[in-house]
Amino acid sequence: MADATNTNAGAHADDATGPVLAADGSPLKSSLNKALRAQKLRALALIAPLLIFVMVTFIAPIVDMLFRSVENQIVSETLPRTVAELGDWDATSETLPDDDVYAALYYDLFIAAEYKNHTRLGSRLNYEQTGMSSMFRRVGRNVGDFGELYLDQFEDLDERWDEEADWAALMAHPGYLEDAAEWRDNRDADRIDPRDTPAPRFRLAPGIADLLPQTAQAYSQYAEFMRTEEQETADEDQPWTLVDTMLYNDLMAASEADIAAYSGPMADALQAAHAAVPEFETATLKELFIESDDEWANLDNWATIKVYAPNYTSGYFLTAVDMKLGPDGMVSQPEDQQIYGLLFKRTLFMSMAITISCILLGYPVAWLLANLPMRSANLLMILVLLPFWTSLLVRTSAWKVMLQQQGVINDVLVWLGVVGDGDRLIMINNQFGTIVAMTHILLPFMILPLYSVMQTIPPTYLRAAKSLGATPFTAFWRVYFPQSVPGIGAGSILVFILAIGYYITPEIVGGTSGTFISNRIAYHISSSLNWGLAAALGTILLGAVLILYWAYDRIVGIDNVKLGG
Amino acid sequence: MATVITLKKQPYSFVGPVSAAAGGFAGLFVGTAQGSGLLGIILGATLMAGLAYGLMTLDLPRKTVRLGIAAVFAAVGFLLSGPMGLIIGALFGAFFGWFPAWLADGKYRASLPPYLTAREVLWHYTFRIICGLIFFFLIAPIVVVMPLSFNAENFFTFTPEMLRLDPDGYSLKHYQDFFQSNDWQAALRNSLTIAPVATLLSVSFGTLAAIGLSQPHVPFRQVIMAILISPMIVPLIISAAGMYFFYSRIGLQGTYLGVVLAHAALGIPFVIITVTATLVGFDRSLTRAAANMGANPVTTFFRVQMPLILPGVISGGLFAFITSFDEVVVVLFVGSASQKTLPWQMFIGLREQISPTILAVATILVCLSIALLTTLELLRRRSERLRGMSPG
Repeated sequence: MADATNTNAGAHADDATGPVLAADGSPLKSSLNKALRAQKLRALALIAPLLIFVMVTFIAPIVDMLFRSVENQIVSETLPRTVAELGDWDATSETLPDDDVYAALYYDLFIAAEYKNHTRLGSRLNYEQTGMSSMFRRVGRNVGDFGELYLDQFEDLDERWDEEADWAALMAHPGYLEDAAEWRDNRDADRIDPRDTPAPRFRLAPGIADLLPQTAQAYSQYAEFMRTEEQETADEDQPWTLVDTMLYNDLMAASEADIAAYSGPMADALQAAHAAVPEFETATLKELFIESDDEWANLDNWATIKVYAPNYTSGYFLTAVDMKLGPDGMVSQPEDQQIYGLLFKRTLFMSMAITISCILLGYPVAWLLANLPMRSANLLMILVLLPFWTSLLVRTSAWKVMLQQQGVINDVLVWLGVVGDGDRLIMINNQFGTIVAMTHILLPFMILPLYSVMQTIPPTYLRAAKSLGATPFTAFWRVYFPQSVPGIGAGSILVFILAIGYYITPEIVGGTSGTFISNRIAYHISSSLNWGLAAALGTILLGAVLILYWAYDRIVGIDNVKLGG
Repeated sequence: MATVITLKKQPYSFVGPVSAAAGGFAGLFVGTAQGSGLLGIILGATLMAGLAYGLMTLDLPRKTVRLGIAAVFAAVGFLLSGPMGLIIGALFGAFFGWFPAWLADGKYRASLPPYLTAREVLWHYTFRIICGLIFFFLIAPIVVVMPLSFNAENFFTFTPEMLRLDPDGYSLKHYQDFFQSNDWQAALRNSLTIAPVATLLSVSFGTLAAIGLSQPHVPFRQVIMAILISPMIVPLIISAAGMYFFYSRIGLQGTYLGVVLAHAALGIPFVIITVTATLVGFDRSLTRAAANMGANPVTTFFRVQMPLILPGVISGGLFAFITSFDEVVVVLFVGSASQKTLPWQMFIGLREQISPTILAVATILVCLSIALLTTLELLRRRSERLRGMSPG
């Protein structure tokens, strides 16, 4: 706005008498613009530190939460080959995936089990399909033994297949072996800390990757695992049985001529093995998997893996609205598992009940405060502000004390003989307790905006209405009440926004039937560890609050937020 | 209002039944407590009707009669249930000595416009009573906590000894527990090391930004304001969840610094709001005058602007302090056991091992909030006075 006026003024001056000059001889227009720009920059420079601070400490976490609610890299990171192979499999086809998928799964799971990632993946998928956690855990224990079959048969051919040094000679670059030996000496002599100076990076022997591609890949991964997880070099331990299985695959695929052409270390052992492998006893991986846990023959489990293979998923959001991502799109959860809809409805219902009780209790008080003489109003205001300023936990504990079965209210009622000692009222750990305690806690947030609106309504209006013949009720209802509606609106939205996201009070006085969606979020963060679902529930709640906040801004204006009267 | 309202004496046909109704109502409570509600109603009503009749026919000095009735009620109360009865009896007596006279002399209409009908007068007092009950609802939980914190037993309710005002029923042991228990002391220490630092952060950044925001030309003012206010709008559980996820990514989860940063972020909106509100009334010609007389911007800020907006800054700081000091949801997630604050300890206490030490802490915190409230009120007055001095 200011920009526009300045430019116009400048243009005008141009027309009349040529450029108006500032004291330093530059045109007034540009010098005004310069001054304005400097002013803006100064303002921004003052705001910038705080803006950056809030961005980093607050906005970034919120964005992170939004991101987490759709993030789903764990499946494709843990089972990259399986996910790729599963691409061709049709989840609705009623047939199990083919052997290639199981082979890829073997490779992926072997590595995941070594890194102990498979349990994490299991618990992730278990949120979607119960039973998958134990399926991954069980197979994780067995998957290391699947290759024993080949290891034993290679070993029977030649003892060297059981020696780490011979394996290393076959697979590793001679330069790597030298570096490794030197690093090992240093480590054993305590000259270096393996955590600060990791073992040298593994290098494959020249040509081996072409001759035995799968073996080379598996061995490289083994070497990397030794380097990062065990702080050892590749030639310090026998390679995984995965490597033996891959060697079997490679030898089956390799041509006789290629093997014969190889002349490096272990050439004779390779040739002997190549001649022997067609006679090897074999086992299909599919059978091994199903033998270790027959859940691996369950189509639903495979469908779940396929559905949750992409890096981003709407699955958490669907769970949050009691739906489920199936192989053929979204489906509703079974009736008895629809808990979130109920929880959202309960949160809305209870927030509404709290808001309405706040209006009913707050309106008379605000009216009284606005119509009393200043001195007594200020005095009574203390009674409103004291609870407002008192620690939330103090008020919550006070309600716990009051509402308990052996608490103050029940004691008074028993003393008065209203209820018998045997049937004391149950007022806590249910919805009633939550509503009462939260009405008390949020009541000041209703009274203060109502009071500030009512103060602006001239009392003469009521008197005028009465003198024109209105009954007191008509005068109130037709004249006073409509003018106080903005206050009710402001207070209600404020109370509702605060109530909908409350955590502490429902947690303490709510029991199981009086809890809110926020308690569920907290449960998923700290107990069930389903962070994605917590983030999705939080995002939905945040969306609801932002819409309400937008409405509040429309009705009241955020600049009019007042604190403590 | 210069009109003199003459108060009309009321006839017994009005005073008697109303007093009797009040007496019956009080008698109901005393009666049920002593065994028979019906008998209580009848006795109370007759007693009050008689009392009202006596007061109206015998023209005795009102003050003496009131004291006398209070003394008699107190004595009866003492005989019935000890020292507590004495107090309750005295209160009842004082009320019932005053009530019929107040009705009979027509004083209840003294503060009301003379044209009100009887029904309107009745509604006026009913409304007052309703408001009184709501105020009672607001304040009772806080007041109840205080005497309970002196309980000699480990109960959350009044023991018979306490009701008898027996000194043995009261003790300071829960306070002792608070001051001697390592858990509570560590929690207090944590609260006292986290809150001030968080407050300092939010006040220093916040004041600077509020000054920037109140400049006449600020680009994107609305957006910036929305971002800065957002920690107050977003429900705490969502802030806590987001901070927990993000801070564990960057290694701040479970550290002192993480908790301080989180609390500072939560306190910022309060500082922004209070300080910008103070700056609205700030007279800019003062800074121009200072600059005119040769002060550089820094001097102007500290010698001219700061003293004037100081009340706003301090009350913003108090808000930020109480936000951090009171906060439990975020610290529960962002903090670890070694950042356990006072509210956190109370939260654990309420959820798991219930001990009245919580009530002692609660009482101390209520006293603290009374002190804060008083400070804020004084600051507000000072701010108004200062603004009154500045021209415009």
